[in-house]
Parts: sequence; C-alpha cells; structure tokens
Amino acid sequence: MRPGRRHLLLSLAAGALFVVALALGDQFLDSFQLRVSSLCAIYVVLALSLNLVNGFTGLFSLGHAGFMAVGAYTCALLTMTPEQKEMNFFLAPVVPWLAHLSIPFLPALVAAGLVAALIGFLVGAPALRLKDDYLAIATLGFAEIIRVVLTNTQTLTNGALGLKGLPMYATTWVVWPCAALSVAFMVFLTRSSYGRAMKAVRDDEIAAGAMGVDVFRVKVVSFTVSSFMAGVGGALLGHLLTTIDPKMFTFMLTFNILLVVVLGGIGSITGSVIAAIGVTILMEVLRFLDGPLNFGLFETEARPGLRMVVFSLLLMAVVLFRQRGLMGNREFSWSMFSRAGLARREDGRA
Amino acid sequence: MTLPLLLQHLANALALGSLYALIAIGYTMVYGILRLINFAHGDVFMLGAYVAFYCVALFLLPWWASFVIAIVVTALMGVLLERVAYRPLRDSPKISVMISAIGASFLIENVAVVLFGGRPKGVAVPDILNVKLTLGAVSVMSVSLVIPICTFALLAVLLWVVGKTRTGMAMRAVSTDLDAARLQAIDVNRIISFTFGSGSLLASFGGILWSYKYPQLNPLMGVMPGLKCFIAAVIGGIGNIQGAVLGGFLLGAIELLTIAFLPTLTGYRDAFAFVLLIVVLLVKPSGLLGSRQVEKV
Amino acid sequence: MLRTENVTMKFGGLTAVSELSLEIGKNEIVGLIGPNGAGKTTAFNCITGVNAPTSGKVIFQGEEITGLPRHQVTRRGIARTFQNIRLFRELSVLENVLVGCHLQLRANLFEATLHLPGYRRRDREARAFAMSLLEEVGLAADAGEPAVSLPYGKQRRLEIARALATRPSLLLLDEPAAGMNPQESVELMHFIRRIRDQFGLSILLIEHHMQFVMGICQKLWVLEYGVTIARGDPAAIRRDPKVIEAYLGVE
Ligand SMILES: Nc1ncnc2c1ncn2[C@@H]1O[C@H](COP(=O)(O)OP(=O)(O)O)[C@@H](O)[C@H]1O
Ligand SMILES: [Mg+2]
Repeated sequence: MRPGRRHLLLSLAAGALFVVALALGDQFLDSFQLRVSSLCAIYVVLALSLNLVNGFTGLFSLGHAGFMAVGAYTCALLTMTPEQKEMNFFLAPVVPWLAHLSIPFLPALVAAGLVAALIGFLVGAPALRLKDDYLAIATLGFAEIIRVVLTNTQTLTNGALGLKGLPMYATTWVVWPCAALSVAFMVFLTRSSYGRAMKAVRDDEIAAGAMGVDVFRVKVVSFTVSSFMAGVGGALLGHLLTTIDPKMFTFMLTFNILLVVVLGGIGSITGSVIAAIGVTILMEVLRFLDGPLNFGLFETEARPGLRMVVFSLLLMAVVLFRQRGLMGNREFSWSMFSRAGLARREDGRA
Repeated sequence: MTLPLLLQHLANALALGSLYALIAIGYTMVYGILRLINFAHGDVFMLGAYVAFYCVALFLLPWWASFVIAIVVTALMGVLLERVAYRPLRDSPKISVMISAIGASFLIENVAVVLFGGRPKGVAVPDILNVKLTLGAVSVMSVSLVIPICTFALLAVLLWVVGKTRTGMAMRAVSTDLDAARLQAIDVNRIISFTFGSGSLLASFGGILWSYKYPQLNPLMGVMPGLKCFIAAVIGGIGNIQGAVLGGFLLGAIELLTIAFLPTLTGYRDAFAFVLLIVVLLVKPSGLLGSRQVEKV
Repeated sequence: MLRTENVTMKFGGLTAVSELSLEIGKNEIVGLIGPNGAGKTTAFNCITGVNAPTSGKVIFQGEEITGLPRHQVTRRGIARTFQNIRLFRELSVLENVLVGCHLQLRANLFEATLHLPGYRRRDREARAFAMSLLEEVGLAADAGEPAVSLPYGKQRRLEIARALATRPSLLLLDEPAAGMNPQESVELMHFIRRIRDQFGLSILLIEHHMQFVMGICQKLWVLEYGVTIARGDPAAIRRDPKVIEAYLGVE
C-alpha cells in the first residue's frame, strides 16, 4: 500500500476511535468529569488559536482574553431568551434591539467568532505595526480596554454584574467537534502555502517581504483568524460555565492559555493539544492545593493561590530549562511510526 | 469648577504622577539596558509595600526603620529576580525572556497571595504624613506633598549617579552597546544587577509611599500601576529617565483631571493609559523624549 | 531596466548614501564596490524597499518604485540576497525556496487551507520548479534538511535559489562570494553568468573580491562614504587614481 493511502486509512481509523471514545465518555463519565473533558476541548481550541499567532506567525500577542470576552458576550446575548435577559438586567434594561433577539446556539457561536474576528481585525490593523514587546503590551492594553468597556456598558452587557443562567450548550458533542475542527484547520493551514508564508514571516520578516510575501497582510489575517477561534472558545467557555462576567477575562486567562502553548511547544499543534488536555486536568487535580492540606500530623489552613504558584513555577521551569516545551515545533505524524519501525527493522538485520 | 477644587485635583494629580514616575524609572532603566519589559516590576512595587507593612505590624518597628528595611530587602529581591528569571535567558529569543518575565510576575503575585492572604490589609499611616494641611479653601494631606518632594530628590540622586559616577558611565556604555561594553572590560553582570537593584529600590519607595497615600494593600495592587507605569515610560521615550518621569506625571494628570472634569468617564479610568499608549505608539513610537532605533539589515 | 536618480539615504546625521545614480541595462552584470560602510547595502535597501530613501527616485522598467513596500518591489521583478544570510531558519531547504514561489501560488487563506484543486495544481508546479532550482544550485540532495543545518556556502546558494524562485528580472546579490575560497568564487562566477543567460536576468552585485568583480562585471560603481567616486568599465576603474587611493591602494 502507498504510504499516503495507509496514512489516510490510519487517520480515518483514529477518527472513528475518537468518536467511539466520545460516545463512551458521554455515557459513562459523571457530570464533573464531563465538565473537565469539555474544558479540555475548549482549551484545545484556545491554545491552537494562540499558537497560530504566537507560534506560527511569531507575533507575541497577549490580548486573547479580550477576544474571548467578545465571543462569550456575543454568544450569550444572542442565545438568551427575552425572559432571561429581563431577569439579568435588573439595574438597567437591556438595549431594545437586543431585548427580543434570541437565536439558536450554532449560528450564535459562528456569530461570536465573527464579531471577535472583526474586533481582532480592528485591533490588529493598528497594533500589528508594532513588534515584539510593544505588540505584547499593546494587545494586552486592547484586551484591558475591551474589559473596561464591557464593565461600563450596563445596558449592553449588564456591566460588572455579568450574565447568569446561560443555557448549558457546551456539551461533549459540541465542544469536541469544535476542537477536532480546529485541529484539522490548523493542520491543513500550516501545511499549505499560506501557513508557509506565516512561518516565513515568523522566521524573518525582511526576507519574507523580499520573497514577495505581504508581511503585514499575513499578520493581520493570522491575527483575525486567531481572534475568530478565541471568540468561539470564549463562547464555548461561557456556555460551559453558564455565567460570565468581565472579571473572568483578565490577563490571568491569557496566562493560562500561554502556559498551555509554551508547555506544549511554541509552534506545535500536537504539543498544544497534549498540553491543553494535560494542563486542564492538572488544574483540576491540583485544586486540592487551594484547600486545607492534611499532612497526617498537622493540617494547614486553606491557601488559595498555591495552585497558581505551582503553575507559575511550571511555566518558568519550562522557559528556563526546556525552552522548546514538550514537542518543540515537531508534529505527530503516522510516518513517525513507520520511520521508527524501519529503524527497528534495520537494527534487527544488523 | 472652582479654583480651590482645581488646585486640590492638581495636588492629587501631582502626587499620583510622582508615584507613577518612581515606578516608570525602573522600567525605563531595565529596558534601556536589556531591551526587556520587566513584567514583574509592578510586583516588586507590591512587595515593597508589604515588607514595610509587616515590619510595622509583626516586628513593631517604627515606620522609618521599616521603610529603610523594606527598600533594601526589595532592592535585593530585584537583583535576585534578574539572576533567576532573566540572566539565564540573556541570549535566548525575546519571546522566551518575555514569557519568563510573565511567569516571574505571576509567581510573585501568587506567592504573595499564599503568604499574605488574598484579603486587603489596612495600613497605619505614620502620623506626620497624615496631617491635613489647609491653605485657604484648599486642603491636602501632608503625604501628597511629601511624595513629589521625595520623587524629585530621588530623581536628582539618580541623575547624578547615572551622569557623574563611574558606575553610571558604565551603565550608559552597557545600554548603548552591551557587547562593546563587555570588550571594554566593563563587568556587565554587575551593572545589570545594579540597574535592577536601583530600579527595584525606587519601585519599593513608590510602593510604600503609595500605601501611605492609598492605605490598603492587596497582592495584586502592583498589576495596574505596573502596566500603567510601563506605559508612562513608553510615552516619555523608553530608555530615557527624564522621559519616564515626564510620562509618569503626564499619565497621573490625564487620569485624575479627566475624571475630575468628566465624571461620567470614571469607570473607564483604567483604560485611559492604554488608549494613550496606543496613540503614542502609532503617532510617535519613540515617545516624547526618546530617539528612534531602526533595525539594520 | 533599473535607474536610480540621486538617491540619498540619511540615518539621523549620517548620510549613508548620497546622490546615487545607478543605471543597469538588460542582461547586464553591474558591480557596486567600495570599502566597508560605504553604503552599498543601504543602496540595495533603498532599491528593494527595506528603507525608503530620504530623497531621490528609483525607477524600474519605466515605473517609479521609490518607497514601495518590499513585497510590491519583489512583485515587480526585483529579487535579492542578503549580506548576513537571512534564511527561514525553521523551514526546510525546499520550503525556503517554496516561500519564494509564494507569488506564483497566488493562494488566499481559504483556497490554500482547503487545498482546492486549482491550488493543488499550482502547488505541484511550484514544487517542481523549486526542485529544479535546487538542482541548479546543487542542493537537490539537501531538499528535506532544515535550512540552518547547511554549511555556510550552501546557505548562500540557497539564498540565490530562493531569490530566483520569485522569477525576477533583476537580481541583487549582496556579497555573494563572502567567505568563499578562490576555487569556489570562480565557480560562483560561472554560475552567475549561467543564471543570467538562462533566466534572462540583469544582475547588480556587491563584492569585495576585486578579481571577481573585474572578471564578471561590465560596469562598476565605486562608493566611498556614500558618495559615488567613480563609475565606468572595469578597465577604466582599475586606472582611476581616486579609486586606487580610496580602495584598490589598500590591497
Ligand atoms: N538602519 C540603519 N540605521 C542607522 N545607520 C545605518 C543603518 N543601516 C546602515 N547604517 C549605516 O550606514 C552606513 C553604510 O552602511 P552599509 O550600507 O551597510 O555599508 P556597506 O554595505 O557598504 O558596508 C554605515 O555607517 C552604517 O552604520
Ligand atoms: Mg554591506
């Protein structure tokens, strides 16, 4: 069989296995475990979106929480029923054009992505003229501005009170397909000429320009697409947690995603997926650290923050001792196995 | 708006601007030498305030002794921060250094949450700083006058150190060209440590004064001032000490006077700095007093 | 082909290039020489849109291209290599050349990501073309290697292959023979002549090796401190007293 053929079959088999695993998981996991599983999927989407700009296009953006917030609010406001809106907006009524608007979840999810992409484009067009740390601080600034605006537009977003009682739409059969779609999109993109142009911009902007690549345009496209994904991820997160408020979307959230990307390897899709799942599970497993700790002989009082200490240390350890993260910029591929197999066979012969 | 009220606002703006200036200097000095945003600088500022607080609250030291201990301890922390988080990455890609900086910042914040607790703490303001001074219809707290005086005194000392001493000359050499400075047998590591130490010293000075003016501590109190002061440094022209001071005052004035004149914008206060940053970066990226640098090909 | 009219480039107080007026005809090989820091690379940068000249005009095939963005300049048919090699470090040798084919691929995000049929055909053609270029510069065997893993001389040749992939009509080479031994630079000389004939190129090159420049160029411009101190055919330059004093005398 030709290797291409074989790999296609293997991929289809893996896909089928994935669907079976989802079905089993959906049947047998308890609600807490399902929630963690959904969170993993959402983090896959978010990590890939940050990796697209940071890892593949070389733009150090720290504004992700802002685009997530835009997506989350858009989706929530589009899907909530008029009654829910009336209940939430008790300080001041919601703007009239939103009061009676209520659409199904999937179109709202797409709309969330599109609005986030639009905002991403509007932010990116000026900010992407900047480089490195200036870009980082400017994107962080835009995210803060978005958050401040969300806090202050009472009749649109319900301000600091946030929105409560969103329908729990982010089920296994929504979030994991979204994650799978994101992975597929990233794989095809990074293997295409457009992905190559992005990597060229990352490696050397000036040379990329000299090769005829419209550097600024590539950056804006990458940033906008990434914002779309962040918006979708934010919307999913909102509909998993069922409440959102501006405080949720601080730099802390961007930090978590950055941690995933760095841990997995900046510029590796495989790494982002593995780390998204690993970190999310670890975050839940280590939740006990924030409560009282029992050392047998004595018990410490609850120390909220200890968990984040662990994650900050983890991030620093990775940058200091293993800069390329789990995967560097390598990717999983089927030929990885056949190559390993080939090597083994040759060893056997020798 | 009446004249006394305006004067009152101006006095407050001057005090806030002075505090911003003190923190902004640290950013600008570090950036001037390492081309690095020390994300953890705002957290150093927070540490200064906490150390002083605990010296008074736990060890019952007088406020001035606490003050001195706190700035020395914090300065050493700054030096340690550079050793641990930045020095090993000096030849690494910029993105790694930035990630390390963000990691260090989160680490300090969360260690502070664990050690100091997440709940805000009230600060006992020393009596002499807590005097209400009244002149006609204007009344300000003495601390608001002490802050600008301290800032200008420290600025004078710093400019003398940078401009006149051997260490200062070496600092300037390192910031112009690190490798060339190394060739001239300048101990680059020592200079960088000195820079972090003095920047952190100024930040903790600012942090303690901040806690006397706004007498409440929490582990995240350095985040916003930290970001804003980096912005102040950019506005003034990063790498330029006078520029950082100018940017700090400008930012303080814009923030307080805008909400004084347009109270409806109060909720947007924390966004002003970022809007200003984006405008400056797009219109004059080198800042008010900075010189432009272009990448050579 | 290419003409510059009084191009001047100032960096703050420093005038890196002053009133430069170059002229390159079709299929000509023209040399730009001068001591280090004379402003040769800066002249390249002004032509290729890396720097926007402070004053003066750059005219290419009858159209003014002064200050156009880099990719626009490339689109019009000017390609270049860099003095300090600027390869795409994390891409393979073949991918480096494929980036040069970017213009031919004319792909937008969706077409490329979805691998639509039109894109696939162009992609196949681009790969074949890129391989033929690698063949040309003797790097076909290294196609799958990461670009950074190549030795210095091969990296220089890869840069040329990458530039050719943009299908230029004018090629600018910034010190192509730097770090090569005499044997290699003779080979390079033949190679440059060959690609000129094969692709119908005009070539402007910066070089320090006198024999190299004299051997290959039909015309020379000599810069010193940004000022053009001489121009003409190699024989005349060799005799020019100003050039001998400024430059050749040192040898
Ligand atoms: N981006 C820049 N900013 C400031 N000065 C520059 C820049 N690029 C080049 N120069 C200066 O211009 C002069 C000419 O440099 P260059 O063109 O590289 O010389 P050459 O290539 O002839 O050796 C040098 O003094 C160099 O320092
Ligand atoms: Mg040069």
